[in-house]
Amino acid sequence: MTQIQKPARVNYRALPDENGRFGPYGGKYVPETLMPALDELEEAYLQARHDPDFMAELGRLQRTYVGRPTALTYARRLSEHLGGAQIYLKREDLAHSGAHKINNALGQALLMKRKMGKTRIVAETGAGQHGVATATAAALLGIECVVYMGTVDMARQQPNVFRMRLLGTEVRGVESGSKTLKDAINEAIRDWVTNVRTTHYLLGSALGPHPYPAMVRDFQSVIGQEALVQMQDGEIGPGRLPDVIVACVGGGSNAIGAFHPFLEYENVRLIGVEAGGHGIESGEHAARFADPELGRLGVLQGTMSYVMQDSDGQIALTHSISAGLDYASVGPEHAWLRDLERAEYTYCTDEQALEGFKALCHLEGIIPALESAHAIGHVLELAPTLPKDQVILVNLSGRGDKDLGTVMSVLGEEL
Amino acid sequence: MSGVERIQQVFANLKAKKQAAFMPYHAMGYPTRQRSLEVVQALAESGADLFEIGIPHSDPLADGPVVQAATDAAIRGGTTVADCLAMMGELRAAGVQQPFCAMSYYNPILAYGEERFAQDAAAAGVDGLIVPDLPPGESMKLEPACREAGIATIYFLAPTSTEARIRSVAAHATGFIYMVSVTGITGERSQLPSDLVDFIQRVRRHTSLPLAVGFGIGNRAQAAQVAGIADGVIVGSALVRAAGSADGVAAVRQLGTELAAGAHG
Repeated sequence: MTQIQKPARVNYRALPDENGRFGPYGGKYVPETLMPALDELEEAYLQARHDPDFMAELGRLQRTYVGRPTALTYARRLSEHLGGAQIYLKREDLAHSGAHKINNALGQALLMKRKMGKTRIVAETGAGQHGVATATAAALLGIECVVYMGTVDMARQQPNVFRMRLLGTEVRGVESGSKTLKDAINEAIRDWVTNVRTTHYLLGSALGPHPYPAMVRDFQSVIGQEALVQMQDGEIGPGRLPDVIVACVGGGSNAIGAFHPFLEYENVRLIGVEAGGHGIESGEHAARFADPELGRLGVLQGTMSYVMQDSDGQIALTHSISAGLDYASVGPEHAWLRDLERAEYTYCTDEQALEGFKALCHLEGIIPALESAHAIGHVLELAPTLPKDQVILVNLSGRGDKDLGTVMSVLGEEL
Repeated sequence: MSGVERIQQVFANLKAKKQAAFMPYHAMGYPTRQRSLEVVQALAESGADLFEIGIPHSDPLADGPVVQAATDAAIRGGTTVADCLAMMGELRAAGVQQPFCAMSYYNPILAYGEERFAQDAAAAGVDGLIVPDLPPGESMKLEPACREAGIATIYFLAPTSTEARIRSVAAHATGFIYMVSVTGITGERSQLPSDLVDFIQRVRRHTSLPLAVGFGIGNRAQAAQVAGIADGVIVGSALVRAAGSADGVAAVRQLGTELAAGAHG
């Protein structure tokens, strides 16, 4: 039998390079006013990473406030129901404030408080999970906080708007453009440009200009680092590495956090699931990698990556049942991992995500976020095709309380 | 004569007269295709020395609400990059002589093709290019393409810019440097910042390029104030707002005349 020649070993930890590039992706495409702020942020972050006191304080907050490590749950009934691979869930839904977003929000808020002379935070939010996480971290650390949110998203994620306000954050509705996540980011950047001397922009995904994609990835890598240990622990996990890791990809922060510590383990397949919306052929989706007509190389909000756009370079309107995946671009490191064929990307339609949502509710007693339900939706297809001795790890990025309104309006009559 | 040279000549002529350049912005396609052509022509007849011609983008993150609303409307009206270039060609054919600096964001230019854009823009009569989300370090392809086509690469400096950034921008910029008067987005302000003189002096130490100030300037008094300390006065939102009013072209003509008087002293 001919041995297939593997490509030369890639050092996945070497990137981004000093210009913030993952191969052709990434970079710093921002107005000049922000360039010094990005340099300052990068310097503060590099210093913090090598500061044992900072890392110890962050670790302590993760254990005593966030509730880390989050559980690893064997999804026995779901695995039996699908009749194939064994399915494990990394329970980021159990993290304080209900999603993985707190990992990054707390990391950046602490960075600002300890290492940068700033007093105010602005953030964007789509599903509201990052907004709630940021509002939470701001309350904990006593920082003034403003969150921008598209008015369409405010309507579909009402409980999270109320949560943020309870936590003392000012939520500002954004009426421009599609009134969703992309427009909230534009407004947050405009606020940041205006108040850059006092304000830190707490970007919520592995997106935006360098150093955000790398910094957010590092703060989220705690997910994969814990899972790596938990999976190999025979008491709570299968006692070995997974064969496949599945995570949903909007901007891609939960996925990159789950994937990154496993990159060197080349036998572990990494699968990112984008939002297929009403299906690729409908054009109403947020599957940047799946639609060669709409998803092409481009620059949006500070970074070069795959961007949904029309032939004239205007950013396309996206659709997903899940506000957190409803975004026209994807983190630059994902684009690079896809080029390297280290990670694979697929999509799940609104309908398939709802099937995943229902399955996890009925079979495991877990109400997932609609974002995370996309990962489950893909597992419904994938698990039956794999033998029973294979293991799938799903990053269950958030809980679904915030989505009950949306789900009720779709499934109401069924229940 | 190349675009760079045409821009240089405008600033040199004004300097000889101890005047600052009046540099109006207008978004192509706003409020309609035909009206936007009339707006530029009216400004050309009201004392404009150099134009900033906006090519609309769906996500103009350096722009304030007035320009955002105008460029959104232009896109909804079907304005494309290619048509903006065609309109500049039509303005040249109609006798508009002042240099055109096309202003857009990076993605529409990337989608058009950077080299092709530079060539087509030069052919359409574009003399300079302004891309707010493309700082010098990221303009690895577009800058050489513009050089090749004789188009000036105009970069920004902001009050937050460090000495290192000022040196870098000074080394890459041609035509003039776009000085952002305030930390913020485009749009009129009631007062110009007090540190503007310091900022201009800080940049002046590193370059002999003309320095044009924009963001926040909306009336004759402010134009005159800026003309006293800089080489050019850029006005956008106030004119765009006028262009969108009921008798848009007349309103633009009147405001343009006042602003030009302020800049020319």
